[in-house]
Amino acid sequence: MELTLITGRTMEQGCTKEHAKISDEYMMSVAICEMNAEDMKRLGIRDGGNVKISTEVGSIVVKAVKSRRIRTPGIVFIPFGPWVNAILPSDTEGTGMPLLKGFKVKVEPTDDLALTIKDLLLKIYGKK
Amino acid sequence: MHLVSGVTCPFCGCCCDDVEVIVEDNKVFDVRNACALGASKFMGYNRHRNTKPLIRKNGELVEASLEEAIERCAEILANAQYPLLYGWSNTSCEAIRVGLEMAEEVGGVIDNTTTACHGPSILAIQDVGIPGCTLGQIRHRADLIIYWGCNPWSAHPRHIERYTALSEGRFQRAIWKRYLSRLILESARKKRYRAASLIFKGGAATLPAEREEKWILPPPGERKMVVIDVQRTRTADLADIFIKVKPGGDYDVLQALRALIRDEELDVDEVAGIPVEKLEELADLMVNARFGVLFFGLGLTMSVGKLRNVEAAIKLTRDLNMYTKFLIMPMRGHFNVTGANVVFTWQTGYPYAVDFSHGYPRYNPGETSAIDILSRGDADAALVIASDPVSSFPRRAVENLVNNPLIVIDPSLSPTALMADVVIPSAFVGIEAEGTTYRMDHVPLPLKKVVDPPQGILTDEEILQRILRKIREIKNKSSSS
Repeated sequence: MELTLITGRTMEQGCTKEHAKISDEYMMSVAICEMNAEDMKRLGIRDGGNVKISTEVGSIVVKAVKSRRIRTPGIVFIPFGPWVNAILPSDTEGTGMPLLKGFKVKVEPTDDLALTIKDLLLKIYGKK
Repeated sequence: MHLVSGVTCPFCGCCCDDVEVIVEDNKVFDVRNACALGASKFMGYNRHRNTKPLIRKNGELVEASLEEAIERCAEILANAQYPLLYGWSNTSCEAIRVGLEMAEEVGGVIDNTTTACHGPSILAIQDVGIPGCTLGQIRHRADLIIYWGCNPWSAHPRHIERYTALSEGRFQRAIWKRYLSRLILESARKKRYRAASLIFKGGAATLPAEREEKWILPPPGERKMVVIDVQRTRTADLADIFIKVKPGGDYDVLQALRALIRDEELDVDEVAGIPVEKLEELADLMVNARFGVLFFGLGLTMSVGKLRNVEAAIKLTRDLNMYTKFLIMPMRGHFNVTGANVVFTWQTGYPYAVDFSHGYPRYNPGETSAIDILSRGDADAALVIASDPVSSFPRRAVENLVNNPLIVIDPSLSPTALMADVVIPSAFVGIEAEGTTYRMDHVPLPLKKVVDPPQGILTDEEILQRILRKIREIKNKSSSS
C-alpha cells in the first residue's frame, strides 16, 4: 500500500547522534517508522513489528512504532538517518536539494530484521 | 572542580550562550542551562571517541601516524581533478576560512550543509530578499509568532523559551500561564475520555483521531503563538493555534493567505485541507499584529515546491509589511551553518556550492551543489569535515562519494568515517577548541574551550592548515620538476 513518507528530526535522534552513530541507541532512535494506528491495523502491522519500506531506489526494514502524533492516516514518519537515506531519490530538480518530505513509499509487514549500521553500510555501499 | 560560565552551545542554530559547564580533571562533569540536545553533546561527546588517525589499507581502516594521514590527504587532493570539500557547518569560522583557501588551491568545489537543509531558502532570499532582525528584537517585541514547517520542540528546544513565546520580553509577556492552564484542561479531557471509553467500549483507551480545533485567543496586543505543520508535533501542543496542512500543500496555503491579506475572496471551501474561514481568521490575526514573525523550517524547503515555498513565505511577509511590521527567519540547524554561509560569502561572494575548477568562484546550485555533483559522479575525490553525508545524503550520492578516495576530518567515528580512506580525528569545536560561530540571526558568538583535547588531537583549523601546506609542497615540487 502506498503511503506518504515524511522525514525529520526527533529529540531522540538528536540526542543519540551526539553519543555515537554506531551505537544501538542511535539505531533504536532512527531505524523506526512512526505510523498511524489505523494504517497499522489495515496493513496488519503490529506495534514494534518490522516493516519493509520501499521506493524505486530500494527498500529498508525498520521497526514500526504506533504514533499518536500522526493522526491522519496515509502518513508515515522516519527520522533522518542512514536507513531512510538508502531509499531516497537523489534528483534535486536543479535546486541542489532532493525531495525529503512528502514522497510515496510502499509499506508492508515483514519478518526480516532491520540491519545494524555496519551491516547496512556493507550491504548497500560494500564497505565497512 | 571548576565552573565555566557563558559557554556557547555547539549544537543547533540557537547557539545558547548561557550554558554553564562543570569541569573536573579535564572532563565535563555536568552541564547546566542546556537543552537535552546540548546536554547530550557536552555529556556524551567523549563516548565512542576515535583518537587515532586511520588509513584504509587492503580494505581495512588501520591506525597510522598523523604525518602519514596528512601526507595521504594532501596526495589525494593534489592529484584529484575535481575534488569536493563538504561539511563545514559544525566547525568554526576560522576553520572554514582555511577550507576556502584549500578549495581554491586544489580547484575543487566547496559546499556546506546548507545544500541539504536551507539551500532553497538561500535561493529564495536571493530572488526576493528577506526582512529579518535579531532574535533579541523578537524576544522583546513580537506579539505574533508563527512556526511554519518546523518543530523547535525537537530540533531547537530552547528557541521558544529563549527567544519567542515562552520568553519574558521587555514589552511582551511569556505565554507560560496560558500554556499551563491549557495543558491542565487537555490532561483532564484525556482522563475523562479514557474513563468513558473504559466504561462504554470495554477498554479501548484511545483518543479521537481528530477533533475540531476551537481557537481561544488572548486579547489583541498579547503574545500569541501559531504552528502550521503537516502533523501535530509537540511544538503544536504549545501553540495557541495549530493549523494542519496537507503534505505538499504549503505553497497553496501561503498564496491563499497572500490573496486574503489583499482582501480578495477565495472561490473554494478549503485550501490544502484548511477551511477558508480558518485562513481568513489567520489573515486577520496577521494583519492586526503589531510585530509579527514567521519562522520556517525544513517543512518548506524539503517538500514539494522547495524554494518556491520559501519565496511565497517571504512574499507573504513583504505583503504584510504594507499593514504592519512582519519579519521572517529560517530555523537554521547546525550551530555554525549560518557562519559557513557568511564566511563563504565574504571570501567568494557566494554562500554555498562554490566551484573553483575554473580558477575563480562559480555558483550554480543544481549543478555545483554537493548532491548533484555526487549523483552525476563528477567528483573524483572528497574531503568531508564536521559532517556525516552518509547519514544525510540520498543513496546514489553516497555511492559515488564512497567509491572515490574519501577523507574525513571529524571528532567522532561517524558512518562517513567508517567508509573513508583517511580519517583524521579532530578536537570538538566549542568543547575542546575555541572559535567563532554565527547564530541563526547572523549574530557572531565566541565558542569556548572548556576542556583540553586528548593528547595529539589538533583542531580542524590546524589540521586543514597542515594539509594545505603539504598540498602546496606537492604542487611546487611537481611544477619545478
